[in-house]
Amino acid sequence: MRVGVLALQGAVREHLRAVKRLGHTGVEVRLPEQLEGLDAIILPGGESTAMRRLLDKVGLLLPLKEFVLSKLTLGTCAGAILLAKRIEPSLEAPVLGVLDVTIERNAYGSQLDSFTCRGDVAGLPDFPLVFIRAPRFAALGPNVSVLASCNGQIVGVRAGHTWALSFHPELTEDLRLHEMFLRPE
Amino acid sequence: MRTGLNRGLAEMLKGGVIMDVVNAEQALIAEAAGAVAVMALERVPADIRKQGGVARMSDPELIIAIKEAVSIPVMAKVRIGHFVEAQILEALRIDFIDESEVLTPADDQYHIDKHRFTIPFVCGARNLGEALRRIGEGAAMVRTKGEAGTGNVVEAVRHMRAVQSEMRRVMLAPDEELMTIAKELGAPFPLVQEVKKLGALPVVNFAAGGIATPADAALMMQLGCDGVFVGSGIFKSADPARRAAAIVQATTHFKDAERLAHISRGLGEAMPGLEIAGLTATYAQRGH
Repeated sequence: MRVGVLALQGAVREHLRAVKRLGHTGVEVRLPEQLEGLDAIILPGGESTAMRRLLDKVGLLLPLKEFVLSKLTLGTCAGAILLAKRIEPSLEAPVLGVLDVTIERNAYGSQLDSFTCRGDVAGLPDFPLVFIRAPRFAALGPNVSVLASCNGQIVGVRAGHTWALSFHPELTEDLRLHEMFLRPE
Repeated sequence: MRTGLNRGLAEMLKGGVIMDVVNAEQALIAEAAGAVAVMALERVPADIRKQGGVARMSDPELIIAIKEAVSIPVMAKVRIGHFVEAQILEALRIDFIDESEVLTPADDQYHIDKHRFTIPFVCGARNLGEALRRIGEGAAMVRTKGEAGTGNVVEAVRHMRAVQSEMRRVMLAPDEELMTIAKELGAPFPLVQEVKKLGALPVVNFAAGGIATPADAALMMQLGCDGVFVGSGIFKSADPARRAAAIVQATTHFKDAERLAHISRGLGEAMPGLEIAGLTATYAQRGH
């Protein structure tokens, strides 16, 4: 598969490494034309406010929205915020607005509140969960299913071909989740 | 456990621009321009340089106001070796501390033992030995020292090239030479081994000190930095909001010359620059 990683800013390298280790082709996406021929895209962790500005500036917002509406998409942390239809605090407009969830930015506090734990993700046991200034899925629409929970909070969701996680699988050596995401159905 | 989390936050900042701000209003401009974090300080380096005197950690009130104004990570500076300023910043629950040579050092021999803290630290380095010493003390991120407040990128380039060339030496050296290299660099031996194994530094390395234009930011990115800090370069220029947005763009599209040409157009006056040879104080010499 040809897998794009949105490369405006953030943990781009880590996702590309995971994609390549699994035998797929990784492509950095900074401009609209780089979406051509991709089978899937990963929206990485980083700062969602910075990515929002950068998407606007190069005319990537609409082509990317069109792409994620029909193709396999994974958003991690900031990437999940880009996908959400509703962002809290509510003064923020959605960015791509394709995933029927309400997501709360920096839901746990500052970097001092960042944490790790382990849990089941989409049936994968004992997956390492890394939360860095993480957002929280506050509410899910009817067609959104839960992929993972941690301490009673929803930390991973899926609606059809769109996956969103509030943690960072790309910061671990565990490739199982990337493998499952990119497995042909 | 904190090591991974703290280095992880630095990974999330990659490809981004961290901007110096002195109040909440500037912090909002930085955030709107697409900064990945803001650095709260009382005076930008250009003013510290001009006004002289002892430069210290900012008033907590100012830092709190900035923290309340923005949703992106907030960093603030402490003096080299001033572990109590660091304790205070940690108590304010900001996201990152810069143990910075731009402020007047509190200790002329020792840096802070950063392993004692939960909060991550970034430190400046002029070469690989200095970078690895700071990482050995617990820094989760390093940056070039450059020469802050000058609008002159030459020192940042020198420091970045020094780190890169020493890394190449480590990576090409057979294992039996690593101890001698560690001795010569004044670097912890296990970290020299790690650099060879990884083919990279174990933490993110940003450019800082003298970046004033989109071209400067792209230059540092092409030289292999992971992102950039811009201090005086934004709010000492004629049109801070436009320049800030342009530097953010240039840091993402650093290899795209046509886009850089477009981004660099009509930004107004850059900050006034200073020749390094004419400086009465070189901040990069502080801490070693």
